[in-house]
Amino acid sequence: MILDKPGRTLLAKIWDQHVIARLGDDTDLLHIDRHLLHDLGGSRGLLDLKKRNLTVHNPELTFATPDHAISTAQGRAGTLKIGQELLAALRVETSAAGIELFDIDQPGQGIVHVIGPELGLSLPGCTIVCGDSHTCTHGGLGALAFGIGSSELTHVLATQALIQRRPRTMRVRFEGRLSAGVAAKDLILALIGHIGAAGGTGYAVEYAGGAIRDLPIEGRLTICNLSIELGAKMGLIAPDEKTYEYIRGRRYAPQGEMWHQAVAAWRQLPSDPDAVFDREVMIDVATIIPQVTWGISPEHVVGVDGHVPDPQAIADPARRAAIEAALDYMGLQAGTPIAGTPVDWVFIGSCTNSRLSDLRAAAEIARGRKVAPGVRAWVVPGSETVKRDAVAEGLDRVFTEAGFEWREPGCSMCLAANGETVAPGQRSVSTSNRNFIGRQGPRARTHLASPAMAAAAAIKGAIADVRTMER
Amino acid sequence: MPQAFTKLTAIAAPIMRGNIDTDVIIRIERLVGNAVRGTLGKWAFGSLRYLPDGSENPEFILNREPYRQAEILVTGPNFGCGSSREGAVWSLQEMGIRAVIGSGFGDIFFANCFQNGLLPIVVDQAIVDGLAAEIGATQGAGRITVDLEAQTILSPSGRQHPFEIDPRRRAGLLEGLDEVLLTLQRDDEIRAFQAADRDARPWVHSAGTQA
Repeated sequence: MILDKPGRTLLAKIWDQHVIARLGDDTDLLHIDRHLLHDLGGSRGLLDLKKRNLTVHNPELTFATPDHAISTAQGRAGTLKIGQELLAALRVETSAAGIELFDIDQPGQGIVHVIGPELGLSLPGCTIVCGDSHTCTHGGLGALAFGIGSSELTHVLATQALIQRRPRTMRVRFEGRLSAGVAAKDLILALIGHIGAAGGTGYAVEYAGGAIRDLPIEGRLTICNLSIELGAKMGLIAPDEKTYEYIRGRRYAPQGEMWHQAVAAWRQLPSDPDAVFDREVMIDVATIIPQVTWGISPEHVVGVDGHVPDPQAIADPARRAAIEAALDYMGLQAGTPIAGTPVDWVFIGSCTNSRLSDLRAAAEIARGRKVAPGVRAWVVPGSETVKRDAVAEGLDRVFTEAGFEWREPGCSMCLAANGETVAPGQRSVSTSNRNFIGRQGPRARTHLASPAMAAAAAIKGAIADVRTMER
Repeated sequence: MPQAFTKLTAIAAPIMRGNIDTDVIIRIERLVGNAVRGTLGKWAFGSLRYLPDGSENPEFILNREPYRQAEILVTGPNFGCGSSREGAVWSLQEMGIRAVIGSGFGDIFFANCFQNGLLPIVVDQAIVDGLAAEIGATQGAGRITVDLEAQTILSPSGRQHPFEIDPRRRAGLLEGLDEVLLTLQRDDEIRAFQAADRDARPWVHSAGTQA
């Protein structure tokens, strides 16, 4: 008897291809194809391994770059002593282990989630891990990519494998056409606002639909980057012709006959039409306008024409208390329009929004205008290559002539691990991914938005609707 | 290597705000460096626990007796969301926390807990709320018992709540197993997989040799 095989999801296809051993209870030992290390946890993992008399199982599948703890000032001036020590340790330990390091000032250095795709290290169908929760970014190329902690990092170094329980599957379909002024960042923030910061917990989320197909690869990376803010440690998008075109010819991408072999395999990856997901969500993108967060979780988000919520209007006491606490932290008045809120800082950067297309979108708003008095605005390119490409286009001059500061690549003020912080009580519009309490510095107040919205805030000196500033 | 966990009867503190992220559990600057372990207990929940001048915030529950002695946290939804920093787990353990009970946890935090022997228990929100209410009714004096072998929580008033847990993870915690060594016992399988995969997907394995 022949039974029809049920359709399989993108997740299932990648997952099954990586199972080394089935351990029962939906848990498998998975092969890890790419392991990315950074300065914050890379040397610690390698030192842990040494301490345990273990060696790196596959140094040729492991790649490292400093990003978190290095200064992004010109010449890396002002890198904290501890950051310098971590960089020195990363150099020594990767060299000893035979792991390729993309060091500062070299093409290849940058935010780990910017360089993986850029170098052609991140490929469709690959399992990719890194000791950083935004590893989900690489899912934009159709990879199964997720963040891990220090212990799992050591496990991967020692074994090139990881024990994982198969997640549930969710498909989010973005359908329709984007309105003017709306970016990938707005789509994913709107989704988080819609299903909440825990809406994706326990799921691998596949983003699909016409609006995703229409997005360029860098926009898809932004979408997947915020999966973890939805609660999902993995987010992925089926590869297509745009994906192959993006990857082709990159430094570590397959070449020649192997390229054709790889693409043929990647074409098999998209979810089958009859694949069944544990949860389905549909978003009409035509209803989405530029988004900005008002609170201390990415789910605290409104359209830029919206208002700060009024806790008194909320019946549930726990939710009311949570909103009161968020407004208190953020220094906002209930019920006021979010647009017009004065800002002190603007940060354009991070693994969410520091790629060339992000900088172009911000520069388009900044061109020929001036940063408002009293606002400090930084542009931190995601990688050495993004920086050089942007300079070649003259984007650095657009920014500096407008009064933005043009920096060296790194994570910088997204998580403030390198001493680059927003001062206590100050308000920042940031293209990064987290508006958590103290994320950009103790008592700093963060509003998340797209690169164009951030540039608009810098020019206006207040949260502003970018649609009124487009040319 | 994780601490083993079998059974614990202890003071429990409810921290019921939702979406407590790992940045709030431990700030990043406390984790920059390769020698931070053992220094983190006093910095856990720093932004809630201390006032801007560095003094203790008397409003924060873990600054009050008997909650200072808590070894269990009863948490709001989505506790431990956000960053993958394992220092969040280390800092909780270093301040004496051995189990967390909530209706859901951040996926990476949840995995990190098991790696260190901190037991995360997922139960319905109604049970979480009930436990928090009972603790409050006893001004924190009522203890909670968490029994991993029996997979039960015993509330201060003696209500028993069963909980589900992945059998593999349960076994790992009960015995304090070292996952790295367990996986290395399968190294032949890992190498056999890689040999076959090199034929099936050569582009995966040759990346580092093409530059």
